[in-house]
Amino acid sequence: MERPTAEPGAHSRANGCSGAAHGALRNGYVRGLPAPDTQIHHIVHNGGLYKKPFNEAFEETPMLVAVLTYVGYGVLTLFGYLRDFLRQWKIEKCQNATEREEQKDFVPLYQDFENFYNRNLYMRIRDSWNRPICSVPGAKVDMMERVSHDYNWTFTYTGRVIKDIINMGSYNYLGFAQNTGACQEAAAKVLSRYGAGVCSTRQEMGNLDKHEELEKLIARFLGVESAMAYGMGFATNSMNIPALVGKGCLILSDELNHASLVLGARLSGATIRIFKHNNMQSLEKLLKDAIVHGQPRTRRPWKKILILVEGIYSMEGSIVRLPEVIALKKKYKSYLYLDEAHSIGALGPSGRGVVEYFGLNPEDVDVMMGTFTKSFGAAGGYIGGKKELIDYLRTYSHSAVYATSLSPPVVEQIITSMKCIMGEDGTTFGKECVQQLAENTRYFRRRLKEMGFIIYGNEDSPVVPLMLYMPAKIGAFGREMLKRNIGVVVVGFPATPIIESRARFCLSAAHTKEILDTALKEINEVGDLLQLKYSRHRLVPLLDRPFDETTYEETED
Amino acid sequence: MFFCCFLSELLKRVASQQSAPLLMAPAYHLILEGILILWIIRLLFSKTYKLQERSDLTPKEKEELIEEWQPEPLVPPVSKDHPALNYNIVSGPPTHKITVNGKECINFASFNFLGLLDNEKVKNAAQASLKKYGVGTCGPRGFYGTFDVHLELEERLAKFMRTEEAIIYSYGFATIASAIPAYSKRGDIVFVDEAACFAIQKGLQASRSNIKLFKHNDMADLERLLKEQETEDQKNPRKARVTRRFIVVEGLYMNTGDVCPLPELIKLKYKYKVRIFLEESLSFGVLGEHGRGITEHFGINIDDIDLISANMENSLASIGGFCCGRSFVIDHQRLSGQGYCFSASLPPLLAAAAIEALNIMEDNPDIFQTLQGKCKQIHRALQGISGLKVVGESFSPALHLQLEESCGSRENDVKLLKRVVDYCMNSGIALTQARYLEKEEKCLPPPSIRVVITVEQTEQELDKAASLIKEAAQSVLN
Repeated sequence: MERPTAEPGAHSRANGCSGAAHGALRNGYVRGLPAPDTQIHHIVHNGGLYKKPFNEAFEETPMLVAVLTYVGYGVLTLFGYLRDFLRQWKIEKCQNATEREEQKDFVPLYQDFENFYNRNLYMRIRDSWNRPICSVPGAKVDMMERVSHDYNWTFTYTGRVIKDIINMGSYNYLGFAQNTGACQEAAAKVLSRYGAGVCSTRQEMGNLDKHEELEKLIARFLGVESAMAYGMGFATNSMNIPALVGKGCLILSDELNHASLVLGARLSGATIRIFKHNNMQSLEKLLKDAIVHGQPRTRRPWKKILILVEGIYSMEGSIVRLPEVIALKKKYKSYLYLDEAHSIGALGPSGRGVVEYFGLNPEDVDVMMGTFTKSFGAAGGYIGGKKELIDYLRTYSHSAVYATSLSPPVVEQIITSMKCIMGEDGTTFGKECVQQLAENTRYFRRRLKEMGFIIYGNEDSPVVPLMLYMPAKIGAFGREMLKRNIGVVVVGFPATPIIESRARFCLSAAHTKEILDTALKEINEVGDLLQLKYSRHRLVPLLDRPFDETTYEETED
Repeated sequence: MFFCCFLSELLKRVASQQSAPLLMAPAYHLILEGILILWIIRLLFSKTYKLQERSDLTPKEKEELIEEWQPEPLVPPVSKDHPALNYNIVSGPPTHKITVNGKECINFASFNFLGLLDNEKVKNAAQASLKKYGVGTCGPRGFYGTFDVHLELEERLAKFMRTEEAIIYSYGFATIASAIPAYSKRGDIVFVDEAACFAIQKGLQASRSNIKLFKHNDMADLERLLKEQETEDQKNPRKARVTRRFIVVEGLYMNTGDVCPLPELIKLKYKYKVRIFLEESLSFGVLGEHGRGITEHFGINIDDIDLISANMENSLASIGGFCCGRSFVIDHQRLSGQGYCFSASLPPLLAAAAIEALNIMEDNPDIFQTLQGKCKQIHRALQGISGLKVVGESFSPALHLQLEESCGSRENDVKLLKRVVDYCMNSGIALTQARYLEKEEKCLPPPSIRVVITVEQTEQELDKAASLIKEAAQSVLN
């Protein structure tokens, strides 16, 4: 069907405002700058929408690295086949859990090739994930030491605790993951009064005064008419999108949207079309085509069009081009669903998220969604918007009817931390946290770039992906950093495109300069050791990056 | 056509003039044929003929279309007095004594079967955890969101259920809804009871598998479908070899309050080689001598069930859910369970509360007997109310009161039941109607009042509730 095709040339530059050239210069990268004429062309288009420089760029993968990465996967695959062969002939012991004897003649539960990747690639570096911790996930964490005597098939816990590991992995953006202080005290009080659970749904007997209080506060915090809170961030997306759109509606979704948005879109039964990541031309083309051509086959006009975007993309570190998205959604009379899971609290001068970051009006976003897991150090999610929207969701949201409501102590943690960010607790602590995070972000990103790493994303995004590329380096980086007492997140396929494996740092207001400097020093060292400093200081705007052509369209019934 | 004629003409010519040199032909022939050859070349290289090209819209027309298009509003307006819009407001804890809309009541609505929500030991365990870990986990299980309490809870659940492994989710609804699509994919077949709860329905929808509904608890109907599938398989054995089949049932049905005939299901399982997934949110911590659920109730080897899922939001009075079974099955969810991989993990204090609740269940196995006794008591007491019928097993802690006769429309039935609920609420018994999304449910159950029994309710309170419901029914329905 309509494949979103990027049209490079006409609009190819990332920086959409007049300050852009300076912004890029400030980063010290002069060589990769776009030709002046395209720059001007672009400013004419969108420059007016941005109030400050939007510095977001992605360095191209060096050719040699790309080739070596593919070779690496090739070698791993060959070895995988070899070892599968050995396992089949019982030369190598097969460690897989196996089917019950009684059920051997059932249709196999898993297709063999499904698990090839797990068995032969993931298993080698499995120790870099699911590391169990046993303390607050603050700036430093304690980790349970574990060892494997059978190449990661099983782990045993030694009983020792590795103390004070610098935590660069948790989404503790504002540092509210604490076990002392106002939030903890308030939560403790509510816990002793209300208990931990609720044992009912919102529509039945689980609508507590605390929930109502929280929702009023969220609405005030976001600057919207009304809001509703849900027990799980993932489910906020997957259980509310189906309430908003259905058959005969069109969803335009960013290709890098989170699994929860994808699931919600699928469950809704609407037609889904994918646009290139943060690529406004791709989005506009889809919008235009959708309205002009209507629904496929029946040729009826679409009932409504919903655009799904995220504030900060958690694997790319990019920030949505919200001013442009809003301009487009107004022009084409579609609706906008903004998932602020990572950006709420973490962006904007007072932590109000990506809308405030761009100085926009929250009323221009039809559905403001976000989670409490990250900046607020709690759990759950919310949706904010017009009163009619929230009334509708209170009546028809799957979550409100069928799922247990938020735990009261968790609600209290959100209320206290949110009030703190808003300054309603009478201190400036929240505001300082927001500022600290912004400073940490700029500092950390600048230093990493100076060291010569390839860093993706926006300079204001507290999610900082550092490119590793080669599969062997995923495990090596995770292990070397842990050896140096730093906990980092490493990700590879399928969470990223196959050659773009990366490490990801999440900055926090709780990180002091000292902690960051220690981390940077160690990253520098490991970077030399593993030869990770790929950067040739050649910035490529997002639009020109190669992507897998995974566009698809589907209609569910 | 023209092309073919020409070719045959040419062939004839070549055949007839084989011996004659080409130059001997008259000049006009050569010219004509030359033109024809050029024409062929043109035809070959010209663009293919497109229907669309004719109807291409000009940019101006496109703009007009865009201008013209008017979308529906994002959401239709909800009437102010929609029964689901105006929630009850519970001030204070939703425990045995509950304050609903400012009125103090005895709680007959929350699924707090074992009364553990208000338990001091549970609260203390949660407090201790809160002091150690804070509230949130700030990450999914994979990325530093795995806490030692999570591992402990998983181990304890597996031990309690006597299975190899357990996996916890941070949201009850997401548990079965993520577990089903982790195994069942497009092209696979799922046989499911038509009374299955909404979480199962969503899991099935997410799996995009082939769904076959059988009549509620009707084993003959299920066997009919299985047989049908068997003949289908014989037609295409190659496809059958890779088509996974599952039966998804609930232990104690949320929507009907009755149990599934598990022994018969197991027989069918081995006969037709279908795997069984069992949702036990209501039966876990309720049925069986030790509260292990429906398998213990029927005395069935738990290994005969491929996957058991339950939430920790009812009996355990915490938040979240878990799946348990053999490692071969369960471990797969750690990479494929969407709600597990892509969601922040369960707040440690809630995991700690669940562990303590398990401790209490293990230490006081007679609590389940007590609960059963109370269920039977109120089940008896509620019989014979004119206008209302009791739906559900006598040992089910959640039973439904449905109208004996519908008064015509669902809307009116709901209004009528609401008056019964309000009547009871005014006299100090908190009840609620079972809520459904009417348009979304596959097989919408009739409207009902759900009565939930907990161990905290005394005999007097149970009697009071029963007589009050009788009174309310009399004043409202007659």
